Amino acid sequence: MQILCLGLSHHTAPIELREKFAFTEGELGAAALQLAKAPGVGEAVIVSTCNRVELYVAVEESTRGFAAIDDFIASRVGSFTSSAPVALASAFTRLPTSQSLRHLFRVVSGLESMVLGETEILGQVKKAYQAAQLGGATGRHLNKFFQRAFNVAKEVRTNTNITRGSVSVGSVAVDLAEKLFGKLAECHVMILGAGEMSELTAGALRARGVKSIFVANRSFDRAAALALSMGGKAVHFDQWQNEFHDVDILIGSTAAPHHVLTAEKLAPIMRTRRDRPLFCIDLAVPRDIEPAVNDIDGVYLYDIDRLQEIASHSMNIRRQELTICEEMIERHVVEFGDWLNGPSGESALRYQAAVSAPQGVKS
Amino acid sequence: MDRLLLVISTFCFLFGFAYTMHALGARVYRHASLNFYAILTGFCFQTAFLYVRGSQLGRCPLTNLFEVLIFLSWSMVLFYLLIGPAYRLSLLGAFTSPLVFLFQIGALLSPGLDVVTKLKSAPNPWLELHAAVSVVAYGAFALACVAGVMYLAQERQLKTHHIHSIFYHLPPIHDLGIANRRLVLTGFSLLSLGLFAGFAMGNVQAHLVKIAWSTGVWLLYAFVLLAILRHRLSGRNVAWFSVVAFTVVLCTLWGLTFIPESTPL
Repeated sequence: MQILCLGLSHHTAPIELREKFAFTEGELGAAALQLAKAPGVGEAVIVSTCNRVELYVAVEESTRGFAAIDDFIASRVGSFTSSAPVALASAFTRLPTSQSLRHLFRVVSGLESMVLGETEILGQVKKAYQAAQLGGATGRHLNKFFQRAFNVAKEVRTNTNITRGSVSVGSVAVDLAEKLFGKLAECHVMILGAGEMSELTAGALRARGVKSIFVANRSFDRAAALALSMGGKAVHFDQWQNEFHDVDILIGSTAAPHHVLTAEKLAPIMRTRRDRPLFCIDLAVPRDIEPAVNDIDGVYLYDIDRLQEIASHSMNIRRQELTICEEMIERHVVEFGDWLNGPSGESALRYQAAVSAPQGVKS
Repeated sequence: MDRLLLVISTFCFLFGFAYTMHALGARVYRHASLNFYAILTGFCFQTAFLYVRGSQLGRCPLTNLFEVLIFLSWSMVLFYLLIGPAYRLSLLGAFTSPLVFLFQIGALLSPGLDVVTKLKSAPNPWLELHAAVSVVAYGAFALACVAGVMYLAQERQLKTHHIHSIFYHLPPIHDLGIANRRLVLTGFSLLSLGLFAGFAMGNVQAHLVKIAWSTGVWLLYAFVLLAILRHRLSGRNVAWFSVVAFTVVLCTLWGLTFIPESTPL
């Protein structure tokens, strides 16, 4: 028995191409069943996300298996045949058994994701598998294969730091806010200057359930529009200090050539805030918040460079973990390959898994 | 028999601490239940030790510095078990284990501390209450000290922007600040009760130095608690106070045992 994978991803195909082959969540089960019933195919699972469309099949013979997948895709889009344009054909990666095993294990572990180590993909693959299973498209081999993949993902995440830290400025800011305040449900956020970065960061904070968002901008209309989109309240820029007393998180993103908030202004305000900390996120260049405010007790200031440093540091940690993750995955590839080829385990797969490169073989 | 229980308990805390350090060193620490269960097991053996020792003495086992250290360790762990899971301060256990281990190993390796005192008089219930409740109060102060260390470690990383791997495992400083203040308040309440019992037993002159010392500690924490309640102290200052005050209390508690008196601590 062999397990094959044919697919395209953000590594091999632009979005214009990927969207042509994408499956909606509702049709995953039926499509997988249709593929499983194709001649030479016994079982099938279709994974379709914004970054990848992949078809996994369990077949007796690989040439017939790939031909069946080609026919299935051709019947779906009507243009994918051996005579299709070279660009289209080369966008699809065709993986034989050992590489298919390795590939899925890497995908669910987040190693093939656009953001290394992201965890959303595991849930998406689980949904795709459940849809295929409910649709009756899976059997003994793919059931065992996907269950193993989910175990691999769990092992990799539990025993390595591949998901450690945040790798974007917005998520770093959210992480820091949570390390300061715990749950953000009681936090009030104020945005000074309605820029794109401040909007993204405030959006990330809003997604974690902050209590309220105030937006102050020199153009009140812009502030009102942003406040409306975030369910917040617009404030006239010359009155932002009136609302500042209750603010826990301040995001500075104005185009002002000078410091909007100075230590001299902030120190007396902090004395009236009792022991509530203040998290200042300065995304502006030139900076909106005087660096000296970080010296005030209870004030934590992060500018754009500091946030990016932390994000880069987290990404470096994740990259350093790649080798450990790959070693774990290789062990599972060999073990599962042995199981797939019978109890003796003396299969060519062991050799193939050991020597083949991690990248897929393109058609 | 009783010392064997204590040795097992000490190894439980050592195991909990070593496991956490290993997991942190390997950068794979999760909010592991293993550390919690190691501490819980150690606590059970501590309790068994105190029970056996108390049965042998026929009174609360607080007759020498050895027993005081064990009772203090037991109180610390008791508070950790009460507040650690509630505040999800799992790493508090990792910081508590080494302190408890040091107290217990220090007590076990210093045979001079475990001097059996023959007490002629029958146990005075007020004195027993005073001693037991006071040491439990110091357990709360000890854990406040641990929470204070964690607060300062987390605060330093946030202020200096140097984020180490332990940052992700330390609780939010907001939660640590709350835990710290509540532990100081709990310790202070218990110490007040202990002090009341101390005065209620009468014959204060016989224990004048120790009562005076307890009163001094009470006044110290009363002053800080007042500042906390009036929001005059930042979380950072409360954390510093918890660390410094408990260090002072610990050192003076040790010194106090050299003052000869015919009654237990």
